[in-house]
Amino acid sequence: MADAAALPRSLRLVPAVRLPLGPGAALLYVCLLVGLPVAALADRAATTHFWSSVTAPQARSALELTVVLAILTAAIDAVTGVLIAWVLVRDRFPGRGLVNAVIDLPFALPTIVAGLVLLSLYGPGSAVGIDVAQTRIAVLLAMLFVTLPFVVRAVQPVLLALDLESEEAAACLGARPAQTFRLVIWPAIRPATVVGAGLAFARALGEFGSIVLISGNLPFHTQVASVFISGRVESGDLPGAAAVSVVLLAVALLTLAVLDLVVRRSRRRG
Amino acid sequence: MASRLLLRAGALGYLAVLLLVPVGMVGYRTFEHGVGPVVDALSTPAAKHALYLSVVVAAIAVPLDVVFGIVAGIALARGRMPFGRLVNLLVNLPFAMSPVVIGLALFTLYGRGGWFGDWLVAHGIGVLFSVPGLVLATAFVALPFVVREIVPVLDELGTSQEQAAATLGAGPWTTFWRITLPSIRWALAYGVVLSTARALGEYGAVSIVSGDIVGRTQTLPLLVEERFRNFDDTGAYSAGFALAVVSLVVVAAMTVLSRRKEHP
Amino acid sequence: MSIDVVNVSKTFGGFHALDDVSVSIDRGRLTALLGPSGGGKSTLLRIVAGLEEPDTGRVYIDGQDMTSVPARRRGVGFVFQHYAAFPHMTVRDNVGFGLRVARVDRATRTRRVDELLDLVHLGGLAERYPSELSGGQRQRMALARALAVEPRLLLLDEPFGALDVKVRAELRAWLRQLHEQVNATTLFVTHDQEEAMELADQIVLVNAGRIEQVGTPEELYDHPANEFVMSFLGATTQLGGVAVRPHDIEVFTDPVDGGIQAMIERVVGLGFHSRVEAALPDGADVTVQLTRAHAQHLELRRGDIVYLRAVAGTAIPAS
Repeated sequence: MADAAALPRSLRLVPAVRLPLGPGAALLYVCLLVGLPVAALADRAATTHFWSSVTAPQARSALELTVVLAILTAAIDAVTGVLIAWVLVRDRFPGRGLVNAVIDLPFALPTIVAGLVLLSLYGPGSAVGIDVAQTRIAVLLAMLFVTLPFVVRAVQPVLLALDLESEEAAACLGARPAQTFRLVIWPAIRPATVVGAGLAFARALGEFGSIVLISGNLPFHTQVASVFISGRVESGDLPGAAAVSVVLLAVALLTLAVLDLVVRRSRRRG
Repeated sequence: MASRLLLRAGALGYLAVLLLVPVGMVGYRTFEHGVGPVVDALSTPAAKHALYLSVVVAAIAVPLDVVFGIVAGIALARGRMPFGRLVNLLVNLPFAMSPVVIGLALFTLYGRGGWFGDWLVAHGIGVLFSVPGLVLATAFVALPFVVREIVPVLDELGTSQEQAAATLGAGPWTTFWRITLPSIRWALAYGVVLSTARALGEYGAVSIVSGDIVGRTQTLPLLVEERFRNFDDTGAYSAGFALAVVSLVVVAAMTVLSRRKEHP
Repeated sequence: MSIDVVNVSKTFGGFHALDDVSVSIDRGRLTALLGPSGGGKSTLLRIVAGLEEPDTGRVYIDGQDMTSVPARRRGVGFVFQHYAAFPHMTVRDNVGFGLRVARVDRATRTRRVDELLDLVHLGGLAERYPSELSGGQRQRMALARALAVEPRLLLLDEPFGALDVKVRAELRAWLRQLHEQVNATTLFVTHDQEEAMELADQIVLVNAGRIEQVGTPEELYDHPANEFVMSFLGATTQLGGVAVRPHDIEVFTDPVDGGIQAMIERVVGLGFHSRVEAALPDGADVTVQLTRAHAQHLELRRGDIVYLRAVAGTAIPAS
């Protein structure tokens, strides 16, 4: 290649090993920025009090609440996401382009502002009189808000690429719209829906900023894992906070690993 | 067809209830008592400093992440990144981590009792509770975007253009500047926009590492929360509104760039 | 099943795909909708299928007004140019799809699918996926799938357009055979006039949203309604204000009544026939097609003056 023997482009540490300068620096950057702090976190969590911290009543309650609500969020997102993607791809109505653009808003909006946004309509002082602040509904609302785009954006490209003729063929063969969806369309969009829902789950698991304002952070009731961890940090219990963090992180990583498998399997079927 | 209208109503209804109406309400709540209080709330020294700090932190963290993203993205796509799988994992890690956990991780490393912590304290270098900590937290959360945007594009393009350039006598820098970079420019722009939005809006990680010291380590999102806690609704909504306006600009940019990167 | 299309019009955006079209299709016949691309024939087919609704006009199938009836209740089988296979289902599941939707029990379904696969010569490929089949095989599968629900009407939209020449020729012959066996009223769209002439009992020539002529291949070829029909179905040449087929021009070496003088520029022997290119006094070119024997008998040479006359009844006023 063009830079085969040029010394300035790489460092020869040992005759057989070349460490490219650019990528080497990038490797260093990411290890220092991300790798080291995460390692420090794991280290801090690895104390004899790990399990007692994680299974303490308040910690357990926070973790359980977070996981259950995140699963519920992902399930709701799967349904609404497919519905919205369908309408955006297959339907024509004035303002469609605008609605399509607005889907990205939860990605762009700071989470703390998302919290304000939900508070303004669903908290005290709401113009329509709905006040769900300090309830689990509020936590669910916040999770649904920040995860809105995931399934929609995952399914849209698949729907766009889907052959309209397959659906017409199914109709000619006598299938009702619901049957066509179940037998022809759903198998095609299922992997994307699963991936989108999985990403939504992982995101909802760690959500903090949008939940903090509207949930009231009531222990054993509306306190999610991230808020609990933040509380432990404020109390100075770093090992406890780190322990619960590691559990949360492990669940998220497991989810992403499973998703990766799903993607790979669906690609083989293609 | 009735079912078509039903589906449309369902989708738009959900979006209205969850997204559109609440966002509209923020505008209403912000200007509930007129424009004056909003302007006042945004002109306080704390607000100005928060804005300044948010911008400065982003201005340092985002370029670092962008440069990293370009170098790492190209190396990963071409299979030339040492320990590529580890790098891939680390790059995607911020997506799997709650912002609070990110903040905590930095806290355990740079705080008292941490591997670097004691050394830093001994030498009087402040990382936590000061700007460097903010930069680290922001760079951490904004890390993945550029890499994730450009790697698929590079994968699809392949190396044929670069090889052609090499046969025509172009050196590595020329090839990068004139061939590789232009071919990924829209994906890159999209990634930069996402990165910046994330950097400006980051709350959870920054709240842990900064100590939220007004006038010193308080970014705009932290200001929003502090004002809310102190029952300064107009103040909180004003700052939130300012951030929301920035987000709308970001969404507009995303829409334009997303079309460009799909159909270059 | 007979089809009656009455005063149908269809516009897409500003584009008039069909303009007040009326036609009757005989039952049990193999009919071709022939015409240039963009002329409206696919639109007409899709309206008959119920995949599009006409803006005005009515569609009757076997005397019943089906204009507003959706595709799935019309009992038509439809075959698409690009097969529209269900990629996630095996060949067996594809072909059996309509039966499954109609709640036919598994045993009957399996039997019928096997019968059909044998009919289309895909027996043994039942467990494969469409992505593993060739284009020709996929189209045969699509045909079997359409036939499985015993449609009263079989519609094919450029069914061989995506296949290469050799496969196309094979499937063409095979479709004719299939039609003799199955005997459903069949309507297919094509832009290939050779295909239409070879396969169809009846041709409907569609151009720019209108029907130019309906008839048997012979009728269209020998008695075209206008110059468009004549030139679409075969070679045409112009002689003294009329359009005529090159093989319908008589060549005389001496002046004759009605003959037009022309000078021979070129005589090309093409095996069985010869092509004679001549120039008229006003500079226009004429092409004449003669049998080789006839050309030799006339001893035509470059530079000769001859007199050309169209055979009575074969010419059409030129535009």
